[in-house]
Amino acid sequence: MAEAPVLPYRPQPPRPRWGVRVPPNKTLSTVRPIAACPLPDEVLIPLDCGPAGIATALVQPGQRVATGELIGLSEDGGRVHASLSGIVLDEEEHPVPGRPGAIAPCLRLRSDGEDRWHPMLRPIAEPLALPPAQLRERIAEAGIVGLGGALFPTADKLAAAEELELLIINGAECEPYISCDEMLMRERPGLVLDGVRLMLHASGAPRAVIAVESDMPEAQRALLDELQRAADPRIGIAVVTAKYPAGGERQLIELLTGREVPAGGLPTDIGCLCHNVATAAAVADLAASGRPLISRLVTVTGRGVAEPRNLEARIGTPLAALVAAAGGYCCDSPRLIMGGPMMGRLLPGDELPVTKASNCLIVAAPGELTGPRPEYPCIRCGECSRVCPARLLPQELLLAGRAGNVLALAELQLDACIECGCCDYVCPSHIDLTAAFVQAKRRLSQALRARSRAHQARARSEARAARLRNRNSAVASYQEAELTTDDLAALLERVKAREQERGDAD
Amino acid sequence: MLPAILLIAGLSGGIGLLLLAAAARLPTDRDGLAQRIDELLPQTQCAQCGYPGCRPYADAIAAGEAPINRCAPGGELLIRALAELLGRQPLPLDPACGEYHGERVAVIDEARCIGCRRCIEACPVDAIIGAHRHLHTVLQSLCTGCELCLPPCPVDCIDMQARPADG
Amino acid sequence: MPTESPPYLRSPLSVPWMMRQVLYALLPAALAWTWYFGIGLLINATVALGFALLTEAAALRLRGRPWRPAIGDYSAAVTAVLLAFCLPPLTPWWITAAGAVFAIGVGKHLFGGLGHNLFNPAMAGYAMLLVSFPEQLTNWLPPRMGDLDYQPLSALATLSYSLLGRLPDAADLDALTRATPLDLIKTGLREALTVDELRASPLFGDFGGRGWEWIGNYIALGGFWLLYQRIIRWQIPVAVLAGLLLPAGLFWLLDSAVHAGPGFHLFSGGALLCAFFIATDPVSAAMSDRGRLIYGAGIGLLIYVMRNWGSYPDGVAFAVLLMNAAVPLIDRLTRPSAYGHGQDAGHR
Repeated sequence: MAEAPVLPYRPQPPRPRWGVRVPPNKTLSTVRPIAACPLPDEVLIPLDCGPAGIATALVQPGQRVATGELIGLSEDGGRVHASLSGIVLDEEEHPVPGRPGAIAPCLRLRSDGEDRWHPMLRPIAEPLALPPAQLRERIAEAGIVGLGGALFPTADKLAAAEELELLIINGAECEPYISCDEMLMRERPGLVLDGVRLMLHASGAPRAVIAVESDMPEAQRALLDELQRAADPRIGIAVVTAKYPAGGERQLIELLTGREVPAGGLPTDIGCLCHNVATAAAVADLAASGRPLISRLVTVTGRGVAEPRNLEARIGTPLAALVAAAGGYCCDSPRLIMGGPMMGRLLPGDELPVTKASNCLIVAAPGELTGPRPEYPCIRCGECSRVCPARLLPQELLLAGRAGNVLALAELQLDACIECGCCDYVCPSHIDLTAAFVQAKRRLSQALRARSRAHQARARSEARAARLRNRNSAVASYQEAELTTDDLAALLERVKAREQERGDAD
Repeated sequence: MLPAILLIAGLSGGIGLLLLAAAARLPTDRDGLAQRIDELLPQTQCAQCGYPGCRPYADAIAAGEAPINRCAPGGELLIRALAELLGRQPLPLDPACGEYHGERVAVIDEARCIGCRRCIEACPVDAIIGAHRHLHTVLQSLCTGCELCLPPCPVDCIDMQARPADG
Repeated sequence: MPTESPPYLRSPLSVPWMMRQVLYALLPAALAWTWYFGIGLLINATVALGFALLTEAAALRLRGRPWRPAIGDYSAAVTAVLLAFCLPPLTPWWITAAGAVFAIGVGKHLFGGLGHNLFNPAMAGYAMLLVSFPEQLTNWLPPRMGDLDYQPLSALATLSYSLLGRLPDAADLDALTRATPLDLIKTGLREALTVDELRASPLFGDFGGRGWEWIGNYIALGGFWLLYQRIIRWQIPVAVLAGLLLPAGLFWLLDSAVHAGPGFHLFSGGALLCAFFIATDPVSAAMSDRGRLIYGAGIGLLIYVMRNWGSYPDGVAFAVLLMNAAVPLIDRLTRPSAYGHGQDAGHR
């Protein structure tokens, strides 16, 4: 194998010109160590595997399962494991945290209280001696996905890059309130480093850098100590300014390498690969114990919960059990937010389950978050474009979006918007910019689809005109019509069905 | 006073002559313009504008022979885009050219189709398939919603429906 | 209840708060102004405020918009106060009123109201007054300084002139009013006097006109407060002052006999008010940092050109309005390319 080029990174990245300093509120939950959330009586395990589609249940109601047993598999290889031992009660459609109103099929398991692990789970002996493809296979089988929230299958991501120059391990948890990655690095730095080494092996990257924020000195120290012990020259640490959204994938890559991921492209296009620290730790955990991903760290925080802290919770644990493990509610009519306050989602209630994407649950006391405020006209103060990490002009995008001017939206490069909410945060006119851009993006993609259909239609009508000139035939042959075999097969199927129907009727 | 009058008169006269000469001599980029207009048109090839297709209408607009408000499928958004491209005032859609319905597709009621092939012959983008005397169907991904297949159908088995959101 | 869509955490900044800070920032300068030139400013500001708010409410009602929140955003108040700062102490009330009505009605609401006005409303109103009533806008008084042989005009007399158009006791207007330093320089240079000869007049201080210098200091103080509060950013003030002072310095070095120095230009007329309070009006200014540098430099340069070679003694209003008109172009030319869209993106 040829020596892969090494992308230099900046151990002290420059202070970003974009972004906002949001009150971090992280010490709320970092004053207490990580604790294990008690095993709940029932878990509700979502079969939704995010980008890998919806899994099909492999178990029947009434069946006994062991902790770590495979209970769901999607067509694209998404895997769902039992997060405790017990009995499968039923499969039902249940709201899950995600987009508002999202409903996904879930498996309901009742715990037998024993937490009996599946006997076939064995640690990976000598994982670094394993061929990378086999290691990735083990990672895929363990159901490990990006724990930063994207849920993209980790094994696929590790395999995707041909010429990788730098593996970035993202510990720059920039959203306020969330502290699960920070606490992981503080308390389990060895696990993180083991994971990084495994990921280096599995991806073929020559170097790795762990990005942490400047306001996490304890995590920096813990990782540095561990690095000294490990003495692996391929791994380094970079400290980025604690400014939201410095930990966004594309923004972090820009800060560390000075390169930008091209529009519509992926980090691998510029030789980078980004994984979350929690994902790295999950890989290390798999190698050490053979256990699949059935739990994750969740920050339970906010002024509406008695003892804010980080909890190690089984996937499918009801949020109510999580809040109870953090001392219970301590205010009237709290509001629940899944994720951070900048990009999170308001939840309808606490009966929803923890998913692999659940990094933080904010229990907000009344008045802790910003309430609805009257909107003033935009005064073009320009603060929004000053803080925009994508260098967009939000105020012009807003005008174009409100006017439904799709051409202008495309020209203003709306596709670069990462919906981070910085523009909303600073807007003195209190305009809901991010919400407007989410809607405008939908409109733009609709218009782009219509555009590509129009191109197709023009090509086909020109082909038809040419045919009329040459053969004077209004009916195209199937080759000329460029039909897909699927279309034809479907039509044939229906024709046959109807002929038969007619025959029956006669 | 007199020099000023002479100067202004001379300047404006000279510039006017230059402009006249430029208009007469320099070739206007009608084809390029027509192409850019065609790029904006929805390519339904529906002929509701009174021209046989999108490109002929684009040529007519570029030549200054047609107003910009005759494309019903493009709707108000298209008129605004054309107005911006051409530096003209946006006009309301000409009601003589039909109404704006949003994106639609033709759907054949397969129970009633007799397989006469007339719709296939009428379709400007070859989006209808089926053999003579057998069931026909509209390929939704290719249909432009031009409605040209409606009049020839002898059994009125074709309906227009809103295009599904994910289509 | 948090807002219904993320982000659920937002900064406490708001438009009314920003506008109020601008008004607070003008307070020291207003006090200094009153100290040196009498209560004319307060009368002008009161008249302008009243008519500006009335016009704002009326225009919004005519446009079928709710008028209460718009009155509460203080933007019309800022316009009115800035206009009052431009007017001489002895201004008939109907002139002030006409300026305020024009500023809000034409300068602001004909363009679509707050956020949509192409031109700075206060400057639109002031420019209209400048071209319509040039005579009445020259009634400046000499500053109240101990060594100047000058009896300050009583508050009652000022009020009487403003409201009734005449001074009590048959006092002579011409005997009371004095030309501004900018006026003196302009007319003096036309009469082939040198700058040094003109500066011998007791009206001149260390840099500009006496009294004016001090007001300038307090305006800058207010400007620094706004900078500290991040209500304005440094680009526009720096660019305006650089655009004015660099050419002023250059010409002064070339021939100091017929060109006043940069210090004079800095502390005379509306230069500082423009740099910190007028050009920084975000609605009518360019958007990007680069655009704001260009916009501000253009204003500064135009002020210098108009002061030197124009027919008016000062050029702040026209300079701002001209650059306002150039803002759409500047914004267009300084538009950055978004993340991943630049030429460097994807380069490896």
